[in-house]
Amino acid sequence: MNNILKNSIRFVLFLLIQIIILNEIPPVHQFVTPYLYFIFILWLPFGTSRIVTTILGFAIGYCLDMFTNTPGLHAAAATLIGYLRPTILNILLAQEASEELSKEPSIGTMGWGPFAFYIFSLTFIHHFYLVLLEWLQFGNFSYFIGKVFFTSLMSILLILLVELLLNRRKLKR
Amino acid sequence: MKNIIGFIRQNFTFFSFLILQIVSLVMLSSYSKSHETFFGNWNNSVAGRVNSYYNEWAYFFDLKATNAKLVAENVALRNELAQNFVPYDTSVKSGTLILRKDSLEKIRKFFYYPAKVVGNSFTLQKNYITIERGALQGVKKDMAAISPDGSIVGIVVEVNDNYSKIMSLLHRNSKVSAMLKRDRIAGSIEWDGKSTEILSLKNISKSASPKIGDTVLTSPYSSSFPAQLMIGRVTSIIKDPSSNFLTLNIKSATNFYNLEFVYLVENKRMDAQTDIEQKGDNNE
Repeated sequence: MNNILKNSIRFVLFLLIQIIILNEIPPVHQFVTPYLYFIFILWLPFGTSRIVTTILGFAIGYCLDMFTNTPGLHAAAATLIGYLRPTILNILLAQEASEELSKEPSIGTMGWGPFAFYIFSLTFIHHFYLVLLEWLQFGNFSYFIGKVFFTSLMSILLILLVELLLNRRKLKR
Repeated sequence: MKNIIGFIRQNFTFFSFLILQIVSLVMLSSYSKSHETFFGNWNNSVAGRVNSYYNEWAYFFDLKATNAKLVAENVALRNELAQNFVPYDTSVKSGTLILRKDSLEKIRKFFYYPAKVVGNSFTLQKNYITIERGALQGVKKDMAAISPDGSIVGIVVEVNDNYSKIMSLLHRNSKVSAMLKRDRIAGSIEWDGKSTEILSLKNISKSASPKIGDTVLTSPYSSSFPAQLMIGRVTSIIKDPSSNFLTLNIKSATNFYNLEFVYLVENKRMDAQTDIEQKGDNNE
């Protein structure tokens, strides 16, 4: 399937999943807010340039903000991971992957270890920045640390679940 | 100059990143002012439309529960029918000078409008409820919203033609005047962002003697809410030796998870009340 078409569908799909399902779940605890929408940025092909991931991050973040009435909050966090994504990919992949530019980061293309590191670091950065912005408006330190930790954990669980369900290894060919 | 342009061109990506970050942060920090005027209407109607499509589905699956609620409310209303009350005895002549001639005429202060909920959040620190009723249908800013079972929900903060936004009680900036039913001592209801079921009642004087399980109602001081609406019950009492006030934790009577309808309450005399409250003191 055409890469642009595929990613546009993902953009809408993950946005809807976030708004319609995850935002509607009664919270288990104040620390746990399930976030999945930014997996769209994690799944963009290797070859996507830094400026495109940054702008796409801003776009999906702002779209989510329209529905949660927090203009700028998710946009800021998603822009940040969009900008940092190529840096982390470069550390993990060196130059050898240059001929696989149209492929996407997944367990199949990166291997378990690097992929886990990629997911963990970007998820953590996203939540760290998001909760930091929230914390600057109100809240205390234990709230900040607790929420970063547990929300990241929740997101990583969700991402792993999605990876296992969709089993994108098949797309490797 | 050439160097500056070269520098910007070299770091173009970084600068666009910076600009996007600044745009987001500015939007976040100036939310209340610029959002309302510039982004408010457009965002509200796009998001509102998507939300009402989604709500049509969710509404269908909740029909049973909604029906049960409506029946309960009908029973409550039936109990208040005029035929249930004995009319004034106007045949007694003694007090005619101070009695009004028409004892049925009363001044209506509060007016109720029904509204359907099309969007509802409770997972964030700033939660809002979107309803499908706007300025064209008589909604104004600062109207109060109450749930069908008579407990309070929030206050209208933004209105456009067909949709409006309610700041739910579960919002870090929400503040509603409340009182303890036992000794009528007033304080204010706020939310600390921790649990969606627990509100906190602040600024209760230490002369009050609240007990666990006491009912908390809206106070007569609020310009938006009618007095004596249910808010919740006291679950715990926090005594702070360093202040003159008590903080009480309140279990909210409102179920924010399954709101289908709310009633908007318009105070016909709100303008007069806020006007005199905000008037400066000329005697200084």
